[in-house]
Amino acid sequence: MITTTWAWLVLLFPLLGATVNGLGYKRLGRGGAGAIGTAAIGLAFACAVGALISLQGHDAEHRALVSSLWDYAVTGDSGVDAKLSILVDPLSVYMMLVVTGVSTLIHLYSVSYMSGDHGYSRYFAYLNFFVFSMLVLVLGGNFLMLIVGWAFVGAASYLLISFWYRRGTATRAGIKAFVINVVGDVGLVLGTFFILRHSGTLDFLGTFRAVEGGAFAGHQGSLTAGCLLLLVGAFAKSAQIPLHTWLPDAMEGPTPVSSLIHAATMVTAGVYLIARMYPLFEQAPAAADTAAIVGCVTLLIAGTIALTMTDIKRVIAYSTMSQIGYMIMAVGAGGYVAGLFHLMTHAFFKALLFMAAGSIIGAMAGGQSLEKMSGFRRAMPFTFGCFVVGGLALSGVPPFSGFFSKDEILAFVGSRGGWFDALYVLGYVGAFLTAVYTFRMIFRAFLGEPCAEARELEHGHLAHAEVPTNPANGEVEDTDVGFPGPEHTIAERALPMKVAMSLLAFGATFAGLLQIPFVDSVITRFLEPTFAESKYIHADPSDGLITFGLIVGTVIALSGIALAYRIWVLKPGSAAAWRERFKPAYTLFVNKWWFDELIDLLVVRPFAAFGNFSRRTFERVVVEGTLVDGTTSIVRAGSSAVRAIQTGFLRYYAALLLLGGAAVVLYFLIAAS
Amino acid sequence: MSIAWYLVVSALIFCIGAGGVLVRRNPLVILLCLELMLNATNLALIAFARMHGNSDGQIFALIVMVVAACEVTVGLGLIVAIFRRRLPIDVDELRELQG
Repeated sequence: MITTTWAWLVLLFPLLGATVNGLGYKRLGRGGAGAIGTAAIGLAFACAVGALISLQGHDAEHRALVSSLWDYAVTGDSGVDAKLSILVDPLSVYMMLVVTGVSTLIHLYSVSYMSGDHGYSRYFAYLNFFVFSMLVLVLGGNFLMLIVGWAFVGAASYLLISFWYRRGTATRAGIKAFVINVVGDVGLVLGTFFILRHSGTLDFLGTFRAVEGGAFAGHQGSLTAGCLLLLVGAFAKSAQIPLHTWLPDAMEGPTPVSSLIHAATMVTAGVYLIARMYPLFEQAPAAADTAAIVGCVTLLIAGTIALTMTDIKRVIAYSTMSQIGYMIMAVGAGGYVAGLFHLMTHAFFKALLFMAAGSIIGAMAGGQSLEKMSGFRRAMPFTFGCFVVGGLALSGVPPFSGFFSKDEILAFVGSRGGWFDALYVLGYVGAFLTAVYTFRMIFRAFLGEPCAEARELEHGHLAHAEVPTNPANGEVEDTDVGFPGPEHTIAERALPMKVAMSLLAFGATFAGLLQIPFVDSVITRFLEPTFAESKYIHADPSDGLITFGLIVGTVIALSGIALAYRIWVLKPGSAAAWRERFKPAYTLFVNKWWFDELIDLLVVRPFAAFGNFSRRTFERVVVEGTLVDGTTSIVRAGSSAVRAIQTGFLRYYAALLLLGGAAVVLYFLIAAS
Repeated sequence: MSIAWYLVVSALIFCIGAGGVLVRRNPLVILLCLELMLNATNLALIAFARMHGNSDGQIFALIVMVVAACEVTVGLGLIVAIFRRRLPIDVDELRELQG
């Protein structure tokens, strides 16, 4: 089979899974939905591997294959060539493998984790639809397909955040995510327009050829504007400042959803976008620098907020933002391979952390607050092990995967010199914060005196909430449908969850070995054909810088863990003293730098005020009062005048007819004479 | 003979018919008066056909007869329906349909 056929099959299976689960939920039953959903994604992964093997059979120069199923609209000169086409090259195959691979494991995990939920089939239909959308996004061979995939993943994200639709907090979070993502969609569409205007084609490869051929010579402003607008899309999807506020709220969705969509795959779409558009960004350095700076700012701000959050899922969400900040900084600076390498390792360890968090949430009967968790180490040894592996990878402790990928990013940024040195230093500050907040979470949840739930679990009783409540605001759940279900599952007692977490733990531990400095560079060699034209592809950091980075990274990660150990294990209770000592900073962090309030003040309130004004004056007075009511009152007055003629006497009608006829005849007679 | 005579007779019959339609209250009589009006037109049409020396008017008169036959069928059907429902046989009484 040729390479593109494999890629089309990768798209087909999740779509089939979503359709079958979505339409056949009454016939399939509970077992069927989970099996079909998981099998569909598993087959997609198998086909992605097929595509990888097939692609490696081509020469390095011929590894960008385009396949088009049909044309939507192709107009000769005006430059619109909207086709249903896919681009299979090392970058898209790489993304395809990450997406389908992690998705398969998360589907497997969900089979057990969601087993108590009333919306089981609906869940798998949505999840398969998400995977399909994400694959459209990464496989699309032109801007049109990219925009379609971009919007589809936004919709899937909305559906899954609001999955427990009886929870007011969940539906509000879904709306927020959707609105902010639509801001990004608008940016993407407008950016496409700016680029299309001068490149004259929607096709990616055609656009890149046009850019290199000087289509934007003399239109530098258009290119920069287009790239900045693409960045708006990337920032909204990847939760970068200031369009990040939806991601922590998105934790209202089921935990596997947070794991798949809001950590491993969808939120990295921005990284993919910048990497995919690298020929444009290299011609528009202002836009690329903006991306690098915003990524750096995000990784710091998110890291500081993660230090103070007490909801375990929100800590991991801010950590995700921070890690994506690293990736955006990397691809903005030109380190595409480093950014994408971190994308993969992050997908493994962050999905693993969310899965382990889901297991603890199950043991807490739905509770998510770190304030209430403690001492789960003995009760949940497997979850503890997974969490520690994920935490070590996230903190960047050698030889776990995050160590190598984060270090590659920072070494590359450091090698750029100039003001990139500031980003380099701030990146290490962020790495320190990462280690502290990750191990704060681990020490608070797993060490210390066991809480009531942990003690019960040690005796073999899983905590069970008498009255299910919403962990976000303590409201009693509306337990009809669309709520998490009364039963909870932990990894220790569910084989599919154990298998999924073990495989991810394996990935989180060993994925970094694919690319060890001075030893091997599998990822670089694989992705090189895509980025062959890049001016940064051979700008490798010097050996000294790499060695320095490896040492500094290790020291920083270990010292962060040591600090966390000192505060939360050696001297429990000393956290309060730290809060007092750094009260202004603590207030800033715990209020999430007031971004929600700022956006509310700057955007939401003015828009709401404008909307209310329009409703009260324009809608009520002009539209309703004048246009609509005016029309009806004119018609009503006219008809009541005319109505009087309709007396019901046949003779009147006949007489009128006759008179009318006579009048016409008279008119013609007079006119003729 | 001048065509004017035919037209005078035609107009006379038409006016008698029209007057009948306007003043009578019995639907059967109204139907008869309508027939008068149609036949008055037929007369005029034939007269004009004769004047022009071609058959257009005659064809048109034939069509009018077909229409008249249809109209009588419908009209008589209505009258039978009115009678069956024991409604008054008086068009002035049947005036529910009004604005």
